[in-house]
Amino acid sequence: MDLLLQQLINGLFIGSVYGLFAVGYTLVFGVLDMLNLAHAAIFTLGGLIALWLVETAGVSLWLAFPMACVAAGLLGLLLNQVAFAPLRKRSDSQFSGLISSIAMAIIFEAAALGLFGARSVRFPVGTVPTHTWQIAGITITLLQVGIVCVAASLMVILTLFIGRTRTGKAIRAVGENERAATLLGINVNGIIAFTFFVSSALGGAAGILFGLYFNNLTPDMGRSIELKGLAVIILGGMGSIPGAILGGLAFGLSEVLTVAITGTSNLRDAVAFAVLFAILLIRPSGLLGRGKTREA
Amino acid sequence: MEHLLQFYAIYGSVINFIGINALLALSLNVTLSAGMLSLGNAAFAAVGGYTAGILSLRFGFPYVASLAGGTCAAGLVGLVIGLPVLRLKGVFLAMATLAFGEVVRLAAVNLDVTGGAEGLTGIPNVTTTWMIYLVLAAAAYFIAMLRRSRLGWGLVSMREDETAASSLGIPVTYYKAVAFVIGAMLAGLAGGMYAHLNYLITPRDYGFFIAVDLLIYNIVGGTNIWYGPILGAALLTALPEVLRGAGVTAGPIRMGINGLILLLVILFLPNGLASLFARRRSSAVKAGA
Amino acid sequence: MNRLLVENVSRHFGGVQALEDVSFIVEPGTIHGLIGPNGAGKTTLINILSGLLSPSSGRMNYRNHDLHRLAAHQVAAIGIARTFQNIRLFPHMSCLENVQAGQHVTSRRSLLPRLFHLPSARREDRDLCERAMAMLARVGLDDKVSYQSRNLSYGERRRLEIARALSLNPSLLLLDEPVAGMRQGEAMVVADLLRSLCREGMTILLIEHNMSFVMSLCSRITVLDFGRVLTTGTPAEVRACREVIEAYLGTTGEPHA
Ligand SMILES: Nc1ncnc2c1ncn2[C@@H]1O[C@H](COP(=O)(O)OP(=O)(O)OP(=O)(O)O)[C@@H](O)[C@H]1O
Ligand SMILES: [Mg+2]
Repeated sequence: MDLLLQQLINGLFIGSVYGLFAVGYTLVFGVLDMLNLAHAAIFTLGGLIALWLVETAGVSLWLAFPMACVAAGLLGLLLNQVAFAPLRKRSDSQFSGLISSIAMAIIFEAAALGLFGARSVRFPVGTVPTHTWQIAGITITLLQVGIVCVAASLMVILTLFIGRTRTGKAIRAVGENERAATLLGINVNGIIAFTFFVSSALGGAAGILFGLYFNNLTPDMGRSIELKGLAVIILGGMGSIPGAILGGLAFGLSEVLTVAITGTSNLRDAVAFAVLFAILLIRPSGLLGRGKTREA
Repeated sequence: MEHLLQFYAIYGSVINFIGINALLALSLNVTLSAGMLSLGNAAFAAVGGYTAGILSLRFGFPYVASLAGGTCAAGLVGLVIGLPVLRLKGVFLAMATLAFGEVVRLAAVNLDVTGGAEGLTGIPNVTTTWMIYLVLAAAAYFIAMLRRSRLGWGLVSMREDETAASSLGIPVTYYKAVAFVIGAMLAGLAGGMYAHLNYLITPRDYGFFIAVDLLIYNIVGGTNIWYGPILGAALLTALPEVLRGAGVTAGPIRMGINGLILLLVILFLPNGLASLFARRRSSAVKAGA
Repeated sequence: MNRLLVENVSRHFGGVQALEDVSFIVEPGTIHGLIGPNGAGKTTLINILSGLLSPSSGRMNYRNHDLHRLAAHQVAAIGIARTFQNIRLFPHMSCLENVQAGQHVTSRRSLLPRLFHLPSARREDRDLCERAMAMLARVGLDDKVSYQSRNLSYGERRRLEIARALSLNPSLLLLDEPVAGMRQGEAMVVADLLRSLCREGMTILLIEHNMSFVMSLCSRITVLDFGRVLTTGTPAEVRACREVIEAYLGTTGEPHA
């Protein structure tokens, strides 16, 4: 029983990182209807940049975290400028955008490999406090609590930002109908660039938290979360921010539950992808999707 | 002659991989040319490879029979998966096939018959270079002729506009299923030949990133004509060797060049490198502009 | 029965009743007009006839086939071709290829003879190509054979779409505003084409807002308004019908000439 509870709590922690990653992922899809497969590479670079700042530049983590997020956001701007903006007018932009984002993912990963090397690296000892609590037989570390708090507050801020502010409304307007947004006097290109900045900064933040949680960073760590992130945003409904958050938590929980029930970690991902496959067949618009139908 | 043999001794395995990759890229091209983005072809190759390996290891099937078994198994799985999945469009189809691919890969990791994560070892080493290229030539010819057939015209029309295609009498759903199964069978054949080339197959040989590589071969080479995927596969498979020959040894640089080529092609040559050769089309565009 | 029979066809989209109890008959070998103000349900009716939409209720029959039971590609196979109001050509194909793509139900193009390079395959390809060229000539596009369809002018695209529909060898042709956006001269060419097709025995159901075009071409006209049939009759009868005048004056004002 305690073990199960412990597992559930662990699932909550990792699920919140998945959710944070997926929120950025789904944000771009909601606005552009394009899948940004370079998101995972930016996730990796975010983590590695933070590590570099802490380890080599000697910046404290509290400062390194926002700096690395901004750096990831700037990479997002670059990504938009190089890989997405030139394709937007093309009739096959959904497809070609997918491909060019794969190209950028490869280039980013090559950069990570070249700059930081192929080995796995970790944050120096003492970067984060290692306090732990024992509550009713369950172990919780201060780091875990910090991760959940940071992830949750970023997601809450984003939700409020999209829902309440003028810029947030503009982002939604562009997502609904680009041409109408232009007519309303919205600077569509600016909004899209800004969306990429926010999305990538969140992806970078997820990368830092992921690196802290497992205390292990590699240039290809984005690969494992890439597929999970896709699964999460489909689960939650493409373009839906609350869907991505819930999907992330559900995915994290399903992983640990599978492990707890089957007793091995072998089937962990298989169950998750089987569920994803089933959901696509039963309800392609996802659990909280907009169900947008495009009539012929 | 001597030089040639020497060349083959050094680069033989690259030459073989080019052939296999080109065959896999062609298998993806069948669905791509109909406008369906499938990321499941690596998984079909896995089905073909593991089936062929198991048939020859466990049941002592001869080479051709085990290849045929692998091809048919992949086709069958393609049919079963294809029927429900093909209602989906665009990225949703891609995601569903991707999820299917992951399930297949993870099944291979977890099952006993497939040898788990260490894979299947001891598969008879029968496939040779000339066999690969003979099959590749046959497949390329088949695809070129398929394009001129009724099915081929239907597939290209569907890519352009499904609604208009159905109003011209093209049975869109049926054709999609047929294309999906043909692609799956070609991938299964390639997977089987690979199994018999390599002595050892592991689930890693058939993961998501292999599926993405197949897509990249098609995009870089061009999806509109039969030699496009072959061109892309040959170029990108040989590139690491060429770069090594040119003195570039750092892995990141090779990877970066790969990404850069893909980026430049998608930005400036949307029909792939093959469009540089296809003069007929481009001159028609100019005449119309 | 070679007549096209439409019986009590209704269709709604959510709360919108696009068609309500629509019934009329199209006699074989005639040009039948379908007119009505914007949003009257004309396109919806053509979509239902061609199998792209299913009716909420009602039945349609043509040559002993119950159209409401057929999918779009089956409708095409029994000889009903259509064009689209918002032109749906294949943008990355040349004019010739567009028309060749339309030969799907009138060709065999079997794979086996092609794999073995049999002369029969080559003969068929040559034959189909010649037929496609003739079709392009018939709509006056023989000088644009290798142009990509997206590089054509608006009127040329409409004519190419008609050529593509004709290459199905249809006995019934459904045209959704075939001369919209065309210059007067170009529209006259299309009118002549439709007349000659009709003389050859083809049945044509024609949606058009251009009144003089409809009145001069059609032997009978059905008027739709808010999804209901106002009247069906000869051009003279329709012109005299008080409800028709009211429908046009009351909603969209003067119908554009
Ligand atoms: N796919 C759809 N979903 C919802 N409503 C639809 C759909 N298609 C048509 N409608 C509605 O049905 C009604 C009839 O539309 P339809 O396009 O058939 O009119 P029309 O007579 O062709 O008009 P026009 O002359 O403008 O082409 C309209 O109110 C339209 O908004
Ligand atoms: Mg209409």
